[in-house]
Amino acid sequence: MVQRRPSKTAEDADDLTHVPLQAILLADSFATKFRPITLERPKVLLPLVGIPMIDYSLAWLESAGVEEVFVFCCAHSKQVINHLAKSQWLKHPNMAVTTIESHNSVSAGDAMRVIYERNVIHGDFVLVTGDTISNMSLAEALQEHKDRRKKDNNAVMTMVIKKSKPSAITHQSRLGTDELFMAINPDTNQLLFYEDRANPITLEKSLLTANSSVSLHNDMQDCYIDICAPEVLSLFTDNFDYQHLRRDFLKGLLVDEITDYKIYTHEIHSNYAARVENFRSYDTISKDIMQRWTYPLVPDIQSFGSSVMKLGRQGMYSASDIGLSSNAQIGPFTLIGKGTTIGSNSKVSNSIIGEGCKIGSNVSIEGSYIWNNVTVEDGCKLKHAVVCDGVVMKARTVLEPGVILSFKVVIGEDIVVPAYSKVSLYEQPTFQDSDEELEYTDSSSGMAEISSINALTGLSDGELVSKAAEASEVGANGAGYIWSVCEGREEEWRHSVAPISEDRFAEILQAAAEGVDLPHIDNPQHSEELVAPSVDPENLTEDNIDEFEKEVEATFQRAVQENIKDDNVILEVNSLRLSYNMAATDCAGALFYSVMKLAVETPHSSNNELYKNVAKVITTWKKLLKYYLASIDEEIEVILKFEEICSESAKELSPLFSQILHFLYSLEIIQEEAILAWESEKQGADEVDRVFLKQAESFIEWLKNASEEESEEEE
Amino acid sequence: MPDTQTLVNDFVNKLKKRKIEGSQATARHTAELLRSVISQQRIPYTNQAGALINAIKAVGEQLIAANPVELAVGNIIRRVLHIIREEDLSLTTAAIAAAVAAAARSTLRPPSLQTLLEDVPDATAVPHTSSSGGDSEGRSKSADKNSRSRKLKHDVIEAVNELIQDIATCHEHIAEQAVEHIHQNEVILTLGRSRTVMEFLCAAKEKKRSFRVFVAEGAPRYQGHVLAKELMARDLQTTVITDSAVFAMISRVNMVIVGAHAIMANGGVIAPVGLNMVALAAQRHAVPFVVVAGSHKLCPLYPHNPEVLLNELKSPSDLLDFGEFSDCLDIGCGTGEPLLHVVNPAFDYVPPNLVSLFITDTGGHNPSYMYRLIADYYSADDLVIKRKSTAGN
Repeated sequence: MVQRRPSKTAEDADDLTHVPLQAILLADSFATKFRPITLERPKVLLPLVGIPMIDYSLAWLESAGVEEVFVFCCAHSKQVINHLAKSQWLKHPNMAVTTIESHNSVSAGDAMRVIYERNVIHGDFVLVTGDTISNMSLAEALQEHKDRRKKDNNAVMTMVIKKSKPSAITHQSRLGTDELFMAINPDTNQLLFYEDRANPITLEKSLLTANSSVSLHNDMQDCYIDICAPEVLSLFTDNFDYQHLRRDFLKGLLVDEITDYKIYTHEIHSNYAARVENFRSYDTISKDIMQRWTYPLVPDIQSFGSSVMKLGRQGMYSASDIGLSSNAQIGPFTLIGKGTTIGSNSKVSNSIIGEGCKIGSNVSIEGSYIWNNVTVEDGCKLKHAVVCDGVVMKARTVLEPGVILSFKVVIGEDIVVPAYSKVSLYEQPTFQDSDEELEYTDSSSGMAEISSINALTGLSDGELVSKAAEASEVGANGAGYIWSVCEGREEEWRHSVAPISEDRFAEILQAAAEGVDLPHIDNPQHSEELVAPSVDPENLTEDNIDEFEKEVEATFQRAVQENIKDDNVILEVNSLRLSYNMAATDCAGALFYSVMKLAVETPHSSNNELYKNVAKVITTWKKLLKYYLASIDEEIEVILKFEEICSESAKELSPLFSQILHFLYSLEIIQEEAILAWESEKQGADEVDRVFLKQAESFIEWLKNASEEESEEEE
Repeated sequence: MPDTQTLVNDFVNKLKKRKIEGSQATARHTAELLRSVISQQRIPYTNQAGALINAIKAVGEQLIAANPVELAVGNIIRRVLHIIREEDLSLTTAAIAAAVAAAARSTLRPPSLQTLLEDVPDATAVPHTSSSGGDSEGRSKSADKNSRSRKLKHDVIEAVNELIQDIATCHEHIAEQAVEHIHQNEVILTLGRSRTVMEFLCAAKEKKRSFRVFVAEGAPRYQGHVLAKELMARDLQTTVITDSAVFAMISRVNMVIVGAHAIMANGGVIAPVGLNMVALAAQRHAVPFVVVAGSHKLCPLYPHNPEVLLNELKSPSDLLDFGEFSDCLDIGCGTGEPLLHVVNPAFDYVPPNLVSLFITDTGGHNPSYMYRLIADYYSADDLVIKRKSTAGN
């Protein structure tokens, strides 16, 4: 399958000498989680605790001994390249950084194919994204990978994982991603199964036959750091439909039985590694950096960047030339960048404030991320918000938790920006492809969008502002559009920078508690279905059926008295069925019973009158009965029920059995097949039970003849 | 030979990434780097010393900024600056007159108590004072033969070479004094692992002293375990205790011997975390608290707010396993504030009044005598390393 390059054997010999360690850094996440910010700046250049994410990734790669890095740029590639040039990465003495530009790649898979075509990777390489924060040493993982490769050439990838428990309540990791299930062979560390979505998981039995033991983890975090053999690139080229590194490539290899490629895991313990995937992980990782888990990549040890940070007591980082009012209160775990001024009586806690910001007095900033050159006027309140470069917040504005203000937005006086809203100078794109499955088509359309935005930025700033100022959503003198939260993104709170609110938390807790009480309806999708859940017959006690029948009867009588529509009756009966855990046949029987009872209870003097009553009632409720008579089984059940009624509860009906059966047949409530099936079922029964069969004998005979005639006619 | 600037950048990078561990290694690297800076520096005809000093200061600024907590870097830079000034002075005086040179020599020789008492020219024979004084004298005699421009550079490089030699051999010089301090059947307590302490103890053992060592393990890095292994290998009777058991054991101890990260000008010590507690316990039981440290750890600065400004907070992963505690660090729920904070400082500050004795490569000294040693090694002009012309940088 794998196309090997001819130089491969020569390289193997070279392995003994020195092969420079190469890395591929994808400077594009091929996702839209950081919109609207990423419309203007690529995600890898967004500052994390004051420093662009890509600098963390590169600094880590450099200190881990990587000698050659290929930075793959796609969206906003010019900005990325400019940044790399400006920050000296392109001429770093120990690490050669080369950029690869491509404008028509829409996924990580495309990126890998482009890199393969360039033919620049010559050995094992490290594959990371530009938003990875880590301080791990690669030496051990690399050694493991190489040793395995020597024994087994099919061990193409080693992925780095780290223990991190997901929340038991929200079922998401602390990085805001869905719970991750992994099956790993504990002896060899081979990865056997990987599921990163909240799907129900199924493991194949063959896993256990092939591996003597399998450990299933849900407390592992995928660090998105992979050590790959060069074959990985060609695999992407061979399978041109591979897009996503995990969903397509990883899962594809795991299920592929022909090629037998193996993927292994390497667990890190004392080191840190995580990837900024959404705003929640942005928040979490920022706080981890402030708490120094990423040491030595912490603000006061500047491996990069210009300004010098000092760490004070209680985790307060501050640059040397800041203007703090003497009665400003700066709380713990706060970072204040160079040239920032903070007015009197302002409170800042758990927040990161960038360079050159002007914070007025009586401002309260809690758990927020304020980037560079932001103006916050007096009396503003910010809670768990992200405020990008150049934003102006006029006096007394309030940002509720989870708000994102993109670049240069102006918020007018006294405006309250509602929770989880995103404000940008750019209008929200009109197309809505929020479904994650469409991520790739999304980003391809994103390309077109970017070009249109480039056209927009061609306008002078003033024009842009005046254009945006028309939007009154953000105040009279504000500028910006509030992006509506699109449908399907109901789960906004899951990935928000703000912690889960108490109300929401209580809701989840309650839902979880209910799920425990009624385990059979814990999944809402199941309760909507009309197909009967498979019922354990032992659970079906006689009491249960009787009670159910009584309920159905009561419902039916109410329907008759209050003249309720058929549809509503169906709904009610359905809900009864679910709560008593009954099958559809039970419903049919119970309803038929109620209908007959209604007929019998209507005053009548003779058998003839009774028959008329029955006929009338059945005609009225024909539609209802039909609804529950979806198959032959239900119809047979109804006939049996009818028998039961005639012999037990309403003896006066017994003489009319054959007549009514005929009537039901003529109304097409009961079909010929059902009657014939009933007949054949009853053939072997006792004499007592065959009373009604005898009564209906002539009718059945007639039916049989009729069907024969029909078939003859057809011939 | 690579360009000096690349060498400097490389070293700055290593310092920033905290890739060089230990003051001795840092000091040696710094001295070697400065030597190559000096050797590649072009010297003008006038004000040669000034040019060299400026060059060193320019590099020094970068190095100190790279890791302000590693004081050894600053110490070595100041030492080299001092050497340049001294050599310049000795050359000037030698040019004037041999008689004046003699005077200069006496200023050069470290005016330790010993030399003051035995005021004889042969005092340079005492090994530990020979370092700068004796040789500069020898060189100044031959100064007339060569042109001064090449002479100064040559002399400075010679002196820096000696400094490097001193740093490399400081452990031996300190260890030589071990027998004077450790006596038969004593119980010694130490915390963590310091190479100086290890060699000190081993030297005493080699001199057939029989004694016991208590090693406090030195959480969270547990370097004490390593030390215990090393002492075991040298047949020393060793007992490992937890840090928290120090107070319980201190009454049985005859002397506490520990290493240091830096010695400040006031005699206070920046030492591995946990030592302040040990010093307090030792004082409570009147047990001598001895700090062994090479002279490159002697810092001419006074500590201001040393618990914070001269400290380094390391990663919490030394203390806690991230995976085990990841649910406690989940900030997705509640107020969004992390409720669990982990603080992992690397150093403690031990105030001078808790230290009984310093043993450096030049002998034993009181904390109150530190100022005198500092005057020997550093010029007052160099305390602040910042070039006047480009102060903006």
